[in-house]
Amino acid sequence: MSGHSVVHTPVGGRIMTGTMKVLLTIVALSGIVVAIRFLQGIAAVSNLSNGYPWGVWIAIDVVVGTAIGCGGFAVGILVYILNKGKYHPLVRPAVLTSLLGYGLAVIAVTIDLGRYWGLPKVPIFVWRWTHSPQLEVALCVTAYVMVLLIEISPAAFEKWKDSKNPTLRSLSASGMRIMDKILLWVLALGLLLPAMHQSSLGTMMLLPGPKVHPLWFTPWLPFLFLVNCIMIGYAVVVLEANFSSRAFGRPSETPMLASLSKVAAWVALFWGVFRLGEVAIAGELGLIATGKGMFFLAEVVLVLLAAAILFSEKNRNNPTWQVRAALIMLVGGALHRVNTYLIAFDPGANYHYFPSVPELLITFGIIAAEVAIYIAVVKTFPILGGHGPGPARSKA
Amino acid sequence: MSVDRRSMLKILAGGGVAAASAALPTKARAPLEVPPAAMGMLYDTTLCIGCKTCVVACKSANDRTPDPGPWGEEALYDAPVDLNGKTKNIIKLYKDDDYRSYMKMQCMHCVDPACAAACMLGSLKKNPVTGVVTYNPDYCVGCRYCMMSCPFNVAKFEFDLAVPNIVKCELCSHRIEDEATLTAGFTRYPEGQGPACCEVCPREAVIYGRRDELLEEAKRRIAASPGRYYEDRVFGETEAGGTQVLYLSHVPFAKLGLPEDIGDKGVPDVAYSVQEGIYYKVPFAIPVAMYGALAFVMFRNRKANEGEGGGKP
Repeated sequence: MSGHSVVHTPVGGRIMTGTMKVLLTIVALSGIVVAIRFLQGIAAVSNLSNGYPWGVWIAIDVVVGTAIGCGGFAVGILVYILNKGKYHPLVRPAVLTSLLGYGLAVIAVTIDLGRYWGLPKVPIFVWRWTHSPQLEVALCVTAYVMVLLIEISPAAFEKWKDSKNPTLRSLSASGMRIMDKILLWVLALGLLLPAMHQSSLGTMMLLPGPKVHPLWFTPWLPFLFLVNCIMIGYAVVVLEANFSSRAFGRPSETPMLASLSKVAAWVALFWGVFRLGEVAIAGELGLIATGKGMFFLAEVVLVLLAAAILFSEKNRNNPTWQVRAALIMLVGGALHRVNTYLIAFDPGANYHYFPSVPELLITFGIIAAEVAIYIAVVKTFPILGGHGPGPARSKA
Repeated sequence: MSVDRRSMLKILAGGGVAAASAALPTKARAPLEVPPAAMGMLYDTTLCIGCKTCVVACKSANDRTPDPGPWGEEALYDAPVDLNGKTKNIIKLYKDDDYRSYMKMQCMHCVDPACAAACMLGSLKKNPVTGVVTYNPDYCVGCRYCMMSCPFNVAKFEFDLAVPNIVKCELCSHRIEDEATLTAGFTRYPEGQGPACCEVCPREAVIYGRRDELLEEAKRRIAASPGRYYEDRVFGETEAGGTQVLYLSHVPFAKLGLPEDIGDKGVPDVAYSVQEGIYYKVPFAIPVAMYGALAFVMFRNRKANEGEGGGKP
């Protein structure tokens, strides 16, 4: 696309390592909780209530989970729109992370939905569509998961190119031919859809307006969510690239990530200043002194702190500080989303919410599944850039 | 530095303008009108004696199982502490040093219901003639966005069931035998077909009928007894864009758990102004234009890169 040819190779090596066993144990445990939830209802495993109908499954697994899946979107803007071809090696691993983030968010939604068997009706029953912002999110996320599957498919076609199985070989050849023709249109869709549903995720919390704290209730919420997901996307790409180079002994990409970090710093600075400025212009700065004010301060301070760290050239060229700043940015950005969906939401006296242990176990299971699938896929398929030193040094 | 400040600012500014033009539409959404034959209820705290006959009648009319509340499953009582998956109507008591008042809570049947605005496939729907907000589980996925959105915390859910439904007062529309009666624009339903809570109330603390007539009655009561009612105000006349269930109270509405500062705009106003501004003002024009712009820039970039003699994707 960008005119820079990039070589991707599988990491190789054993898949069933010690790390993998730990991850799969967590997934299996959460699988038991999921089974109980489907047999006995949501109350059997969670603290969700008639006051707090949404909890960590929505706020973390879906709303933060899809933002973590915005690496592909965020890097895509740089590579395909701003034509910065040098970031091209980051695209494929970022698309994989995106696919996992979104794919598992869809699974999390299915666990959370009380009447999940009705879900296929949503894209089909066009004549019943309302103008609900959540409908836009549901349709867009479904479409985007398919787009991500198409975007990642060249990795499979490359792997099967020289397969001994003639069926896979011909599938690979025709797949690559089709991809050559449609890729641009699919990639454009891959930039449009996240912009649509990520902003709609913000619009969604405008509907419960009277129950949302004024520090979070602003018509700018869709815009804040959109910029927020780009910021989180860059942070996740930096973290994921550092993880891969350490865990799999891949060549370090520090200089490229340093320059990406600077982009991230600008986006974070913009987001933090916009967030503060919007509240100031609305004349609501006084609300920071109220109980929930510290949650507002925490999200703004963390995001601006990450930006401040990364504006120092020395820091962003140091892998340790790069990772620290990306983590801070991720936590700050994610906090805005959790705040909007949980902390800022107040159904009135007598209702309280704190997630139960089994409820959290499902969330941990989703995260563990994400990491496990990532490791298994990069070992089997050509996802990561460059040639690694081989499986001998692989640590995960 | 690969992305220079200028192009970064350009994209941020571009995004900002796009979002601003869409997020803050010039023309706000037109407010929804009270339906032509809007049915509703009028509850008067000065008449209610807290006998809870209405709670019992509601349970049996709507076939709800008893809720032993804090007493646990083994106890004898039906003692719900609030509206829930087993309780569509409840009587509560507010008491402080000066005041004591009962409070009846059920669906308000908003003129501009946030629950229906939240619902993806119109499982929750406002009847265009009677204005009653009803629930059809056939199109419900159990997402509970209606519960998040209801400013009165009315929509509830059967969290303890593997096959749950949303539960809320539907003004006993299921008791109406003749569909023609429902949409005819009458003043009273035939006996046994009206809201059960109103039919059994021994003090007529809660009555039902056409909203315009109920509003007239409420204003008549205020005029007949000056100073008797809080702020001489009928809650629901204009609040949250108007509700079809109206309240008269001798204590501040906020003490009864009603959001008295909610304002006169429909709750879905802000969210729908944004959402309809982006997607429906000119249907799907903004996303389609964005898609075209993205594809064009990408196509141009690819051409430029091929010109430089770059490799394949």
